[in-house]
Amino acid sequence: MTLDLIQFLIFATLLLALAWPLGHYMARVFTGEAQFLAPVENAILRLAGQGQPQPQRWQTYMFSLLAFNAAGFALLFLILRFQHLLPLNPQGFDGLSAHLAFNTAISFVTNTNWQSYGGETTLSHLSQMFGLTTQNFVSAATGAAVAAAVARGFAAKQTRLLGNFWADLTRTTLYILLPAALVLALVLVALGLPQTLAGSFEATTLEGAKQSIAIGPVASQIAIKQLGTNGGGFFNVNSSHPFENPNALSNLLTTISILLIPVAFCFTYGRLVGDRRQGRALFAAMAVLFLVGFAAIYGAERLGNPLHAGLVDPASGNMEGKEVRFGILASSLWAAATTAASNGSVNAMHDSFTPLGGLVAMLNMQLGEVVFGGVGVGLTGMLLFVIITVFLAGLMVGRTPEYLGKKIEAKEIKLAALTLLVMPLGILVLAALAIVTGHAQASVQDAGPHGLSELLYAYTSATGNNGSAFAGFTANTLWHNSFLGIAMMLGRFGYIVPILAIAGSLAAKRPAAETAGTFPTHGPLFVTLLVATILIVGALTFLPVLALGPIAEHVSILAGQSF
Amino acid sequence: MTNHLRPSLALLGVFSLLTGAAYPLAVTGVAQAVFPANANGSPVMKDGAVIGSVLIGQSFTSDRYFQRRPSATSATDPQDPSKPVESPYNAANSTGSNLGPSSAALVAAIKERVEALGGGQQPADLVTASGSGLDPHISPAAALIQIGRVASARGLAEDRLRQLVRAQVEPPLLGVLGEPRVNVLALNLALDRLAR
Repeated sequence: MTLDLIQFLIFATLLLALAWPLGHYMARVFTGEAQFLAPVENAILRLAGQGQPQPQRWQTYMFSLLAFNAAGFALLFLILRFQHLLPLNPQGFDGLSAHLAFNTAISFVTNTNWQSYGGETTLSHLSQMFGLTTQNFVSAATGAAVAAAVARGFAAKQTRLLGNFWADLTRTTLYILLPAALVLALVLVALGLPQTLAGSFEATTLEGAKQSIAIGPVASQIAIKQLGTNGGGFFNVNSSHPFENPNALSNLLTTISILLIPVAFCFTYGRLVGDRRQGRALFAAMAVLFLVGFAAIYGAERLGNPLHAGLVDPASGNMEGKEVRFGILASSLWAAATTAASNGSVNAMHDSFTPLGGLVAMLNMQLGEVVFGGVGVGLTGMLLFVIITVFLAGLMVGRTPEYLGKKIEAKEIKLAALTLLVMPLGILVLAALAIVTGHAQASVQDAGPHGLSELLYAYTSATGNNGSAFAGFTANTLWHNSFLGIAMMLGRFGYIVPILAIAGSLAAKRPAAETAGTFPTHGPLFVTLLVATILIVGALTFLPVLALGPIAEHVSILAGQSF
Repeated sequence: MTNHLRPSLALLGVFSLLTGAAYPLAVTGVAQAVFPANANGSPVMKDGAVIGSVLIGQSFTSDRYFQRRPSATSATDPQDPSKPVESPYNAANSTGSNLGPSSAALVAAIKERVEALGGGQQPADLVTASGSGLDPHISPAAALIQIGRVASARGLAEDRLRQLVRAQVEPPLLGVLGEPRVNVLALNLALDRLAR
């Protein structure tokens, strides 16, 4: 227990020690102050016809983003569909089915990295590197670009201009993601991760059996999937695979990498809007929600499963689906981090978590992936809740709500309220559709309330652009590949488009001077209101269905009932 | 829309080459040059032959060896490719059981494993499947509890085996990070060296 607490404190200290300076540096990237890669950057932008990148209005910025994502989807779909005709396929895998290629391409373009496929049994090295790794970078850069544009819009003084998407995309990739991934990948190789173009090697075990061991260019993909809140592993079981995550140190570094850029973005935001307290307030709200979620998962997993009492040593905790080298603390911490940050990589099987551990993982996503959230989009998702919160606060005191001196009016409120419908639409409506058509029942592995949890987790993960799974659920069917793909698009662009519209609208407004009547958006009162708003919206929307899934399961196993 | 097309295609092309080809190939080059053993999967050699990987667990069934954790990995049935068959520690197809906490099948499986180990309360890791199905480790308690069986199968003194297990325990990093554990393959290799 004490050792576990020390482990957590080491993690938190290192995370903050890295995220704080990174946040400062990222702000310099988005203001254009960082210039040491200017020759490469300018050459790339000239090739794209953007030698002098012009600042764009929100509509143009959005169309650039959508066009780039559409092109990325088309290329990735073709690579996956026709990988059998392409080089670097040492295991001779077939091309993916149309619906699996559709699902996987959407999954990586939207920074979800939901794995309907099993990495080492389905994908060629070319698909993993040229296809998936590329999108790991540029989907994260797309999210970062959105955050930069939104911060500029919120801070702008009557300009209507949010920056240039092509420059933001290029600068994020060159100055932030690529250097960070290079360093992390090499450190991970030093810690034991494979990095080769071979497909597998053969061994004869001590007892004389044959063991074929899959390997490949693992480290390069793991580094960026952790840093870019992507989460799509090289192997089917993701970071619980010893080749993705062989020891305590690799686990510590990759856990920190999940949250590093999302945490840094809070500090970047404060600098970009010229008031660091605003960034710190967002960080505080996220940290409170994160700590509560982590403590709940850890407690539930540590207590273990009452159905197994008498069979296993009670001090062991719930070890089904977990690795010995990580144990309860590191598995719980990862689960909290990966669901909070919309990363979706796993180092333990969430399907086998206790009901309450699984519930918190789901709720982290259902809150809208705003507890640090995905690269860039976690921050902008939180800003949507900020707008709702200042509106509610304004109603309470009877004043026009303001944020950063800008009046928040009907247009912004309508757009922000619209995004509150994204999660229920993608999760509740699409899951209900799967149930009434019988496709849910055909895909769940477990009977009883846990079956509903498996379905719910799948649509939650897709809509939240998370990508982790209750992996007993058979997702690789025409129906689920299609509708999970739709959920992923909804969860990505259903937030990006409205927040860019809000930023465009706020950019045009003249900031008013702060007066005695201005409601401050950086103090503990505001943080409390913000956390309460997020919890109330999330709870009102999802508690009924969670009662039928994980809560019903929890009550069942307390009563000794299995299914 | 056409003025978005050229930058889209150009940047997609550039970043595919830069992040999808140059980046992984550069990492591969450096990794192969500086850390060749790690980069190629940390193989374990014995008498000139590859017997496994340091990082990947392998199946042990004989009483003469310390047992590994249960594994949920499967392989395709050679007779009927549409059907999976149990194949513990199949390192070409990682998977966990994904059985939920209220699963009756999981309770039954744990009960069966506990009984096979002689009943009572067993260390949880020894009777539950790992996330990867390839967990190379067991807890020190799970190794110590097997000493009686291995000692009688090999005709060795229990004290000697206890010393052997203690020597193979990998402590948490800096005393706090990660969990204490025993690599089953390393332990069994040491066991073979001890006596045949």
